[in-house]
Amino acid sequence: MRYLPKSDAERQEMLAACGLTSAEALFAQIPAEARLQRPLDLAAGISEYEIADYFKSLAVKNAGALPSFLGAGVYRHYRPVVVDAVVSRGEFLTSYTPYQSEISQGTLMTIFEFQTMICQLTGMDAANASMYDGSTAVPEAAMMAARITGRRGALVARSVHPEYREVLRTYARYQNLPVEEFGYDAQSGQIDFTDLDAKLNAEIACVILQSPNFFGIVEDARKAAELAHSKGALLIFTFSEAVSLGILEPPNADIVAGELQSFAISPSYGGPFAGVIATKEKFVRQLPGRLVGQTSDTNGNRAFCLTLATREQHIRREKSTSNICTNQALIALMATVFLELYGKQGLRELATQNLAKAHYLGSLTRPRFTGPYFNEFVARPPAEPAEVNRRLLDRSIVGGLPLERFYPELAGTMLLCATEMTKRADMDLVAEALA
Amino acid sequence: MIRKVRSHPTQNEDVIFERSSPGKIGYQLPPLDVPEVDPAAALGNEHVRASIDGFPEVSEVEVIRHFTRLSTWNYAIDLGLYPLGSCTMKYNPRINEAVARLEGLAWAHPYQPENLSQGAMEVCARLEEALCEITGLDAITLQPAAGAHGELTGILLVRAFLESQGNARRKVLVPDSAHGTNPATAATAGYAIHNIASNEHGMIDLAQLAAVVDEDVAALMVTNPNTLGVFEANIVKIAEILHAKGALVYMDGANMNALAGMARPGDFGVDVMHLNLHKTFSTPHGGGGPGGGPVAVRKHLEPFLPTPRLARSAGAFTWDYDRPQSIGRMRAYYGNFGVLVRALAYILAHGGPGLRNATVDAVLNANYLRHKLAPHFDLPYDGPNMHEVVFSDERQSAKGVRTGDIAKRLIDYGFHPYTVSFPLIVHGALMIEPTETESKQELDLFIDAMISIAKEIEQDPQMVLQSPHTTRTSRVDEVTAARKPILRWR
Amino acid sequence: MTYPGNYRYTKEHEWVDQQGDTATVGLTFHAQQELGDIVYVDLPKVGAKIEAGKRFGSVESVKAVSDVYAPISGEVTEINETLASAPEKLNQDPHGAAWLIRLRVDKTGEAANLLSAADYQKYVGTES
Repeated sequence: MRYLPKSDAERQEMLAACGLTSAEALFAQIPAEARLQRPLDLAAGISEYEIADYFKSLAVKNAGALPSFLGAGVYRHYRPVVVDAVVSRGEFLTSYTPYQSEISQGTLMTIFEFQTMICQLTGMDAANASMYDGSTAVPEAAMMAARITGRRGALVARSVHPEYREVLRTYARYQNLPVEEFGYDAQSGQIDFTDLDAKLNAEIACVILQSPNFFGIVEDARKAAELAHSKGALLIFTFSEAVSLGILEPPNADIVAGELQSFAISPSYGGPFAGVIATKEKFVRQLPGRLVGQTSDTNGNRAFCLTLATREQHIRREKSTSNICTNQALIALMATVFLELYGKQGLRELATQNLAKAHYLGSLTRPRFTGPYFNEFVARPPAEPAEVNRRLLDRSIVGGLPLERFYPELAGTMLLCATEMTKRADMDLVAEALA
Repeated sequence: MIRKVRSHPTQNEDVIFERSSPGKIGYQLPPLDVPEVDPAAALGNEHVRASIDGFPEVSEVEVIRHFTRLSTWNYAIDLGLYPLGSCTMKYNPRINEAVARLEGLAWAHPYQPENLSQGAMEVCARLEEALCEITGLDAITLQPAAGAHGELTGILLVRAFLESQGNARRKVLVPDSAHGTNPATAATAGYAIHNIASNEHGMIDLAQLAAVVDEDVAALMVTNPNTLGVFEANIVKIAEILHAKGALVYMDGANMNALAGMARPGDFGVDVMHLNLHKTFSTPHGGGGPGGGPVAVRKHLEPFLPTPRLARSAGAFTWDYDRPQSIGRMRAYYGNFGVLVRALAYILAHGGPGLRNATVDAVLNANYLRHKLAPHFDLPYDGPNMHEVVFSDERQSAKGVRTGDIAKRLIDYGFHPYTVSFPLIVHGALMIEPTETESKQELDLFIDAMISIAKEIEQDPQMVLQSPHTTRTSRVDEVTAARKPILRWR
Repeated sequence: MTYPGNYRYTKEHEWVDQQGDTATVGLTFHAQQELGDIVYVDLPKVGAKIEAGKRFGSVESVKAVSDVYAPISGEVTEINETLASAPEKLNQDPHGAAWLIRLRVDKTGEAANLLSAADYQKYVGTES
C-alpha cells in the first residue's frame, strides 16, 4: 500500500527482531472474545485517481459553485491563493501543537501574530490561539464570565445566531448556568433595551449580544455594556461576520467570542472554521485554550512558547478552565495570512465594498428592519420565500435563508447577504424575483 | 553520531508588524460595480471605527517570504518521524487535501437547500457507515469538532440516557493513566471525578473497580489500548462490572489506530466512544487543529445524539431536526465537514483489508522500537505493547538527565521528541508512538539516535542537559513567559 | 535550610506564625523547592473566611499547580500584594518576605496541633 513504507521482507526481519514469527502474534494480548473474527465489511482500497473521481462526482451534486445570497453565519469571501500556498506547506500542515518550542518557532510566531491582530481588531488586550468555532466560543465565554463574577445566569439576545444559542443551552445545562433570552425591537431589529433592563439582576453573570446580529443589523454594544456593568454583569460580544470589524467600532466588551470564517476560510458545508476568545488583561487567567507568549532563549534571542498552561486540562485536569485540548491552528493560520495580505487598508476597503453591495441590494428590495445593516438584511418578498428561491434557482442562483425556521414571527421573510463576490447582475435578478 | 541531519542556515524574520510601512499593500479588489456608500451615513458615525491601530501593511511577496521563512523553523511529519505518544503523527495523504478543496465541497454553504447538498450529505453518510463498521457500534454523530469535544458529547449522552432512566448519577470513574481531557470533560458535564489507580501491569484492577462501582457511578472513561500502549485484557469483564450496576462504558478512542480491523469496541462492551479523525484517520494536525471527534454509540443511546441527525427520506438524504430526546446541539451546522472529507478519502484509500494492514504495521513498529531500545532504557511495564511504548528515565536520571533533556537532545539528531512526562503514572516517562507510516530505515536511525544519547549521558551528561545545540532557537525561558506574559506585539 | 522554631507547620507544607489572635501564613522552603520556579500565586480576597485543612489558594510553576491549605481557621485581613507582580520572591524568601496571607484567628488552640519545626523537617526528610 502506497502509504505503508515497508517491504514484506522488512516486515519479516522486524518481526524476527521482536522474537515473533507472525504478525498475528503481535495481537496475542487481545483476548479472543474481544477480537474481530472476520475482515471489516468495507471494500478494498482504491487508487488516487478513483478517489479523486469519486469526490468529483459528489462535488457536482452540490450547489457550491453557484452564485448565492446565503449568509447567516457563513459568508462567501474571496480566498487569495497565497492563503492555500502557505497552509499547504508541510511544515505548517503536518506539525503538531507547538509543545517543543525549539522546533516550533514558526507555528508559535504565527499564533503570536494572530493573537495580536485579534486584539487590534477587537480592542481587547489578549486573545487565545483560537477555539473550534464561534458557536462553541460563546458558551466557553459564558462559563468564563461565571467564573469571573461568581454569578450564575446568562442573558442572551434572541438576535444572536440561533444555532449559537442552541449550543449555549447544551453547554449551560450541566454547568448550573441558567440561560434566558431577551428580545429584539420589532421595528429596528436591534436588541430591546427595555427587555434587557427588566431581566438584568444580581444573579446575571453576562449579557451576550451579536453585532452585526443574525439579521445583519449593527447593535449599540456600548450602551449594552453600560447597562450590563451597571448591574455588575459582563458583556460578551459575539460576531459571525468578521469582515465587519474592518469598519465597525470595536465593542467596549469584557469578552469577545467570535467566528473568523470570513477571513479566507471556505464555507466547507459548515466547518472547519475558527473561533476566538479575547478579553481584558485582568481576565487572562480565566481564558480557555492555548496562549502563546513572547520570551527569549538562552542566547537572548526573541523566542515564543505556549504559556499560562496551568489553566489547561493536561495540568489542572478536572479543575481546568475548559476541557478544550487543541484549537484550530491551521484554520487560524488561514485567517492570519488573509489579514496580513489585506492589512490596514485592505480590510477597510473590503468591508466598505461589502457594505456598498448589500446596500445596493437593499435599495432594490425592502428591508424588514430599520436598524443599520452591514452586508445582510431581512427582506420581505411579496411571495413565499420558498417560492422566490425556486424562481431564483431556475436562473442558477441560490437565494436567501427563509427565517421562519428560526423565528416563527418572521414567517414570510428571508435573510439576504451580499459580499464583494456578489455581482450586480445577480442582484438585479434577485430584485426582479422579489418585485 | 548524528546521521539524519546536518545544519544549514535558516533565514531570520521579523514579526510582521516590524515589516510594515504605511502605504504598502498585498491585495487588490475589483472595481465596485454598484454605487459607493458612505459608511458613516449607512451605519451611523458612532459605529464607524478609525483605522485599525497597529495593523500590518505589507506586500504579497513579503507575506509569502514571511510565512515560508517561518515554516522552515518548524519540524513536521513531512520531514521525518514524529514519535509523539498518544498523538498518532502519521503521514497525511495529499489526495485528501485535493478532494477537500473541490469547489462543490469547499464552497458548499451549510444552509443551501438539501436537494443541492446531496453530495456533501453522501460524504457524511458513507463516513458514518464506515466508522460504525470499524467501531462495531450502531449509530454515530459526526458533529463534534475534536476529540475533547467528542468526549463532552459522549458524557452528555451518558447523562441524558441515565436521566431518561430516572437517575443521572453523580460520579465518573477515570483511571490515573487517562488523558487530562477525561476528568476535565466529566467535570464540564457536571460529574464528580473518582480516580482509580492502575495495577502493576498498568491496567485497571478488577477487584478495585468492582469495589467502587455502585449505583452512583454513571460511567467509566477508559482508553483502550491505554496510554501505556497496553490493551486492557479484562475489558469484557470490566464492561460487565459496569453494566451490572447500570453504569456505562465510555471509550476514549485516541488509540483506535491500534485496533482498526483487529478488534471493535462495540464487540467488547463499550457503549459510547469518540474517534480522533486527526489521529487514526490521518487528517493533518495543522500545528494544533482542526480535528474531528465523531461519537459512536450503541442503539440505546441513539435517541440522545446531537441535533440534527442525518436521515434518509424518499431516496434522498435529509437532516432530521425532530429529535425530542436529543442532548441538543454541540456546535453550529453539521461538523468539521472538510475534515470528514479527508477521513473518508483515507478510509477509501486503505479499504477494509488495508486498514487492518495499517494497524499491523503500527503495532509492529512500536514493538520493534521496544525490543531495540529495551537494553538501554528502563521499561516500567514490561508486558507486550500495542501501538506505543513507554520507557522511563530511571537509568538516565541517575546522571541528572531527565526525560525532557533526552527529548531536547533528540532534536539535534533530527527528530521530533516523543511525548514527555506522560502518562503521569510513569515517573519520567518517554512515550513513543511511531505509527505505521515509518520505514524500517527511519526507525533504525531513531534507534541509533536514542542509543547514542544514552551513551552521551554516561560520558557527558552536561552536554545533553544544555541541548539542543543545533537549533536556531536554544532552550526557551518559559518561566519569564509565564511570570510576565507578553501575549501580543506592541 | 533553617525552619524557624517559632512557626508551626502542616503536612501540606504551609507554615503559620501566630501572635495572639493574628497569624501569618506562608509556604515552606521545601514546598517551593519541589515546585521549582514559581510563576503565579493565587490568593483569596481580604475578608474571606478560611477554614483549617481547606484549600484557600494555589501556587503555580510553569507546568504544575499546587493548592495551598489553611493551617488554622480565620478571616483574611491582608494578602501579600507583592507576590502578584513578583512571584519569584516565593522562591527567594518563603519563610520571610514572601508570606502569603495574614489572618484574624478564630480559635486560638488550633496551631498547637500542627508540626513543630523539628517534626516537619523529619517529615519532609522521610517524604523525599
